Amino acid sequence: MTVGLFVPCYVNQLYPSAAIATLELLQQLNVDVVYPLKQTCCGQPMANSGFEHLTQKCNDLFIQNFAQFDYIVAPSASCVLHIKDHLHSPEQEETATGIRNKIYELVEFLTDVLKVEKLNARFPHKVGVHHSCHGLRGLYLAQMSELNAAPFSKPHQLLNLVQDLELVTLDRGDECCGFGGTFCIAEEAVSVKMGKDRVTDHLKNGAEYITSSDLSCLMHMEGILHRNKSNVKVVHIAEILNSRI
Amino acid sequence: MMQPATKDHAALSEIFIKDEERVNWHDGSLWWIRQKRDKVAKQIPEWESLREVASGIKSNVISNLHEYLLQFEANAKKNGITVHWAADAEEHNAIVYSILKAKEINQLVKSKSMLTEECHLNEYLQERGIDVINSDLGEYIQQLAKEPPSHIVLPCIHKRKEEIGELFHEHLGSQKGESDPTTLTRIARKHLRNVFMTRRGALTGVNFAVAETGEFVVCTNEGNADMGAHLSEVHIASMGLEKIIPQKKHLGVFLRLLARSATGQPITIYSSHFKKPRPGQEMHIVLVDCGRTRQLGREDFRNSLKCIKCGACMNTCPVYRKSGGHSYHNTIAGPIGAILAPNLDMKRHADLPFASTLCGSCSNVCPVKINIHEQLYKWRQVVVKEGYAANTKALGMKAIAWTLSSPGSYITAGKAGRWVLANIPLAINNKLNPWYKQRDMPDSPKESFSEWFVKNKKNGKKEG
Repeated sequence: MTVGLFVPCYVNQLYPSAAIATLELLQQLNVDVVYPLKQTCCGQPMANSGFEHLTQKCNDLFIQNFAQFDYIVAPSASCVLHIKDHLHSPEQEETATGIRNKIYELVEFLTDVLKVEKLNARFPHKVGVHHSCHGLRGLYLAQMSELNAAPFSKPHQLLNLVQDLELVTLDRGDECCGFGGTFCIAEEAVSVKMGKDRVTDHLKNGAEYITSSDLSCLMHMEGILHRNKSNVKVVHIAEILNSRI
Repeated sequence: MMQPATKDHAALSEIFIKDEERVNWHDGSLWWIRQKRDKVAKQIPEWESLREVASGIKSNVISNLHEYLLQFEANAKKNGITVHWAADAEEHNAIVYSILKAKEINQLVKSKSMLTEECHLNEYLQERGIDVINSDLGEYIQQLAKEPPSHIVLPCIHKRKEEIGELFHEHLGSQKGESDPTTLTRIARKHLRNVFMTRRGALTGVNFAVAETGEFVVCTNEGNADMGAHLSEVHIASMGLEKIIPQKKHLGVFLRLLARSATGQPITIYSSHFKKPRPGQEMHIVLVDCGRTRQLGREDFRNSLKCIKCGACMNTCPVYRKSGGHSYHNTIAGPIGAILAPNLDMKRHADLPFASTLCGSCSNVCPVKINIHEQLYKWRQVVVKEGYAANTKALGMKAIAWTLSSPGSYITAGKAGRWVLANIPLAINNKLNPWYKQRDMPDSPKESFSEWFVKNKKNGKKEG
């Protein structure tokens, strides 16, 4: 099995440690990982701002970089969902469809494809899980509170395999943090208020770390935590799952 | 009465959010209703299939609207109801006025109707010497405050009880400082009772109109629609074209969904069926298009016409809860308003599809399964293609620049790293960077992942 590692643009630039953890974790699980160096961005920031018609070059480049792999894995639910929902190519639609079907967010790749049941990880901290909306309601990484349906959570399933990690229960388990891509700039006041309220929920319930499968949400919450001089840290779930015993 | 369109959602929200204590309380009240909704929805094992069935019935309705409307008209006429057709707000208002004028009625009592808000009926009639009193308590309060409703089910959810007490003191002569909700409700009831007893004309909205029987159903918790209609000489019901359902038995699906979704009640206190006028009474129905057939013609957006106006998408929407209904500067606020409004006036409402994080909660509470967040995404594409992106100032000036400068400027992995490191610190020092106003930037790492990777040549299975 060869996996193409997709590291979203802002993760590459701002959170390399999460990408390193993703790579190391997959390699530890005996996966053959290839990182195509010419990759850039999934095109979501443009598409969500109403400029989907400008993303074709981005799509074509993505296809060129990732078509050959058995699976594509990325440490970002939001970018994966964007590819799943919007990657098309008038000239090679079949290949695009193939990519849409074989791209996975890291957590779901671990639970659904590798079926990981054991991890050699230890993280002796109280951790609050932030479900990113795209992971939750787009990729179904966990059951959303809106539906009358059986609960499950893939991130919790994996975090429960980590030694000495204590999960905290939140008052609002799956509310949006307010990042929202360009929303965080265009609607600064609402975005920040939403972020503050999410962060408060984690603080109130005793979290020392906030984790998520999306760094965009974490970057937003980190910005608020940092500004308010909080000791609570954000950490991508790959870094917890890859933490050494 | 409408908010001026000079300020967009982002700017109006910023004003609302300045009073953080109010926002917390507004957010908490609506979240409490969302939780009530969850509780009752989860008491019904077949909840998700009910939603599916309701959505299916509405698909059938909007695909066969023409036939159902004609069937409804024919049956309503057989029942002795006068049926009118209005293409737009102006026609609707003129019809209502002509009915009242013919009977020399100069006072109207009106139960909750978002359609008449949309048509600005109250102002129209008042300009022509007809006095209108809103009889829904929330709408009554909003009318005293000279403000439009901020929520379609809970019109004054943004107001504190003390503010309502102040309004009552000013307009109804109640004691200054009185803010006990029960006392205030009694004061309003006393005033409204007198209105019900003396008004010869009553106007109600319509929740469901049954094509098969020509009857219509009005749902309220206060019984105010009944009180008005039963005591009046003339009952006018205004309805949007999309309110049709094919058969009476379908009410068994919709009535179960409506109140549970709206307020977490098993059913509205009053679900009143109006089929024919009492002896001596006139009953009129005004069927209003007002942009609905245009929306029907938009393939990507026609499902928005399935809406049964329960407000669940507003209660669940974190953006709505933090920004308040008036920030949407449209009669229908929240996520559903944001997909309906651009159809009415794309230029004026260009900002609304962007007033969302696309979190998707709305689509998943919607009792008729409207894909609201997907439509928001699609409206963004339409708004930009039609050239209205700049109408939303925040998006036009800040977000686009931010968006296009990040991944767009990206060339190779190594260079991109330097690009970001060179440019983001500039943004940090820039007071105009909206990110930095209340949030710090992430620490710049020494090297990008790509740079690290090239250095360490990590391709393969095991660590290199």
